[in-house]
Amino acid sequence: MMQVPQVYRILPEVLLTITGVLLMLIEPVMPAGMNRKLMGYLALLGVLAALIASVWQLGLPPGTAYYGTVQTDAFSVFFHVLICSIVLVALLIALDVFDAGKEKPAEYFPLVVFGAVGMCLMSSAVELLLVFISLEISSIATYILAAIRKRTGKSPEAGLKYFLLGSFATAFFLYGIALTFGATGTTNITEVAAALTDSATPGFAGLAVAMVLIGLGFKVSAAPFQVWTPDVYEGAPSPVVALMSTGPKVAAFAVLLRILFSAYPQLHLHWELLLWIMAALSMTVGNLGALRQQSVKRMMAYSSIAHAGYTLVAFTAVSSEGIAAAMFYTATYAAMNVGAFAVISHAGGYDDRLVSVADYRGLAYRSPLLGGALAFFLLSLIGIPFTGGFFGKFYVFAAALHSGEVWLAVIGLVNSGVAAYYYLRLLMSVYGKPADDAPVQLIPRLKGSLTLALLLTVSATFILGIFPGRILSMARAGAATFTAVIASNK
Amino acid sequence: MALLPRRGRIIQWFTLFVTLVTFGLTLHLPAHFLYRHPGFQFETNLPWISSPSIRYHLGVDGISMWLVVLTGFLAPLGVLASWTAINHRTKEFYFLFLLQQTAMIGVFVSLDLFLYYAFWEMTLVPMAILIAMFGRDRGTEAAIKFFIYAFLPSALLLVAIVWLYAQTGTFDFVRLQEILAQNPLPAQALFWASLAFLLAFAVKVPIFPLHGWLGDAFSEAPTAMAMVLAGKLGLYSILRFNLGLFPAQSRQVAPWMIALAAIGVLYGALVALVQKDMKRLMAFATLSSLSFCTLGIFCFAVSGLDGAVYQILNEGVSVGALLLLLGFMYERYGTYEIATYGGLAKPMPRLATLFVFTTLSLIGLPLLNGFVAEFLILSGSFPGHVRWVAAATLGVILSAAYMLWMVQRVFYGSESGMVADLKVADVGFREQIAVWPMAVLMLLMGVASPYWIRAIDDAVVKLSAPAPAPELGIGMAEKP
Repeated sequence: MMQVPQVYRILPEVLLTITGVLLMLIEPVMPAGMNRKLMGYLALLGVLAALIASVWQLGLPPGTAYYGTVQTDAFSVFFHVLICSIVLVALLIALDVFDAGKEKPAEYFPLVVFGAVGMCLMSSAVELLLVFISLEISSIATYILAAIRKRTGKSPEAGLKYFLLGSFATAFFLYGIALTFGATGTTNITEVAAALTDSATPGFAGLAVAMVLIGLGFKVSAAPFQVWTPDVYEGAPSPVVALMSTGPKVAAFAVLLRILFSAYPQLHLHWELLLWIMAALSMTVGNLGALRQQSVKRMMAYSSIAHAGYTLVAFTAVSSEGIAAAMFYTATYAAMNVGAFAVISHAGGYDDRLVSVADYRGLAYRSPLLGGALAFFLLSLIGIPFTGGFFGKFYVFAAALHSGEVWLAVIGLVNSGVAAYYYLRLLMSVYGKPADDAPVQLIPRLKGSLTLALLLTVSATFILGIFPGRILSMARAGAATFTAVIASNK
Repeated sequence: MALLPRRGRIIQWFTLFVTLVTFGLTLHLPAHFLYRHPGFQFETNLPWISSPSIRYHLGVDGISMWLVVLTGFLAPLGVLASWTAINHRTKEFYFLFLLQQTAMIGVFVSLDLFLYYAFWEMTLVPMAILIAMFGRDRGTEAAIKFFIYAFLPSALLLVAIVWLYAQTGTFDFVRLQEILAQNPLPAQALFWASLAFLLAFAVKVPIFPLHGWLGDAFSEAPTAMAMVLAGKLGLYSILRFNLGLFPAQSRQVAPWMIALAAIGVLYGALVALVQKDMKRLMAFATLSSLSFCTLGIFCFAVSGLDGAVYQILNEGVSVGALLLLLGFMYERYGTYEIATYGGLAKPMPRLATLFVFTTLSLIGLPLLNGFVAEFLILSGSFPGHVRWVAAATLGVILSAAYMLWMVQRVFYGSESGMVADLKVADVGFREQIAVWPMAVLMLLMGVASPYWIRAIDDAVVKLSAPAPAPELGIGMAEKP
């Protein structure tokens, strides 16, 4: 087999790290009057390079590097591309918000880029300790990002809350790793699976899986570990929420897939049940919680809990079809959620002026483009045909039904019916007539970068809804990396 | 469409042109339709998504062909009806209007369950947004109510469709029909699946007691949307899928459905009798006459099924015409309140003539279309279900009562204050163009019904054929 230079396996991460360091270094030497937007462009360039490098990795023969700690395969490339795209759009959204000199771009842009390093690494790490380290890299970046708007009351509060609860959850994750080591004597994902086959203390390993599930359940905000989500999303600046409601979640789902299906496939009867409960709870808690929300960002927070639940439904199928469905779902969720937050961020302006559903009344009249885009994303979140959200749900529930999870599918689809209500409420508000006495909220003119962000997310959501085949076959290829393990199990 | 300027009436003309061309194209179907041809015609079958295997499979039979033509026929009339009624956000209106038309035709011609479901859901969105944007004062609430009512059971429909796919490996209607005919699946599970189908469709029809959304949505929807709001989609789907895929299961639920239909006929008629608002009255009148269709469908007699399909077409034409006329009145007086009108025949004789004509068609006057359908349905369903059908026949009398009473209050008697004060023109040239084709069609469908029935017959005969008895006796067996 051809020998691949080891650094090729982590090329996207290397490129991102270089960009991040460069960004930190050039800020102090930039002349005072110089437009800080330049830094944003540099960050964009770096992420774009990482994206290209990830696609290029597809040409490498699958394999590991650095003593078997990182692995590039179709699975890792899928998530690399997805994460880089998310970060790219999130940067585009933030470009105008953070250029007014009100924030320190020297903090914002490098943090986003370093966060991306962590997230990318999460999807290619096959050594539990490396998984933990990359999880921390991405988490710490997002903790700070949530609190970056120091002068407003809510942002630091959100950051602190996120940090305290987040580190608590990461501790559980670490504990899970320790227990795994105790049960199997190794922390390498493939070796764990091998050790579990012959001599295992299932009780011990089962506890380890539960711990890992708690830690990652927090990251993807699955119930019952979702309590932080609404508060943090509400308090954090919208462009940051666009990133942290998608990027770290997608990466955490990647880790969850990797660990469950590579390290603990033998215990699937055990974690299947836990995931079943988490999925059903997340969908129900998320959707019922969202019903009563007046604040749009809180509503979207509950909605993201529900969507985490839908993704977990695909896990319970315990089949490569289910893995592919979960991967596909993360992609559609990312496209529509980042897009929705792009609109929310722009319409709200720097200080998030649009808060409640009623504030969005008549948005489509003042800015048809923005209103139309938001409507499209909401329809996709509901799961209307010819949008990505529909196929996402379809594949997830088809996988679940195929594996005989009829009740979970019914719960999920009834939930998606309930969810239609709150999305529609916002949608109808966007298209409703503005109240006569309401003060006219000025919507800032659409700038190039945001238009590009919207264009990217809308077309991604649309393409996923019309021609899902291409992305699905990529997800299938990713899922195929686990099939050997699953086949031996069934 | 988005590129068109907002100024002037360019958008209207463009939409009118598009809908007319579409109508012209749909006419090609009956012109080249092969009678006595088993199965579907004008089929297109292309792969859409390879895995799971979803195909872009289209085709029509005698039932769906006329529904497609009807949809094509109503579309330009809907544009004419909205010509002046919709005077703001025209671009959005006509965009969504065309989207709605596309989705409806898609529902009628899809032969792939997945494709069908996609179009089925797609009909909801433009409708809901249009109701919210152009509703009267409670548009938003009505739109959400409409959407949720239809969307929730659709979710179960999706479960059933995917379940069928998981069991049989195909979404293709024709293949599924073949496979299911061999009874390979457990009857109990099939029963639940058929129930999921039926529930989704029954809400859309609506069948009593699932009509909660109808009154609000009907009275809030702009005329062009109210014309296509109820009936067609749901009833067609019941015919195509419940009877087509689950013949045995449909027979199991038939006694219940006939009872509900008879209740629906009477309930709708009685509620219509006490409405103060003309559009709400029309909503419940629609409920009543659509229940007739349900009655015809679930009697499984050829004449009943013929009548049901015929009644669906009538509904489209006659209720459509009446809604157009109501829309014209609303444009002039700004209200649907019956009490505010009176003696309208004097200032608007042409409107009154057309209105009375349409009313007569709706209440089933011989020589007009309504009579043919009602007669077929009642004669088809009478043998097996004497009591329920006798009760439903009362609905015919009641329909005459509420319609004629409304006509009397609105058009005759002394002129009310509003009619006397507000001097308005009678229906104009454009408005007449919109209504006359429908009036002519009502007459034609009344005297030349065999032309339509012939095509319908071919499709319906298959559905009425006795189905193999289910293995498990669930639900009620039909009493002799």
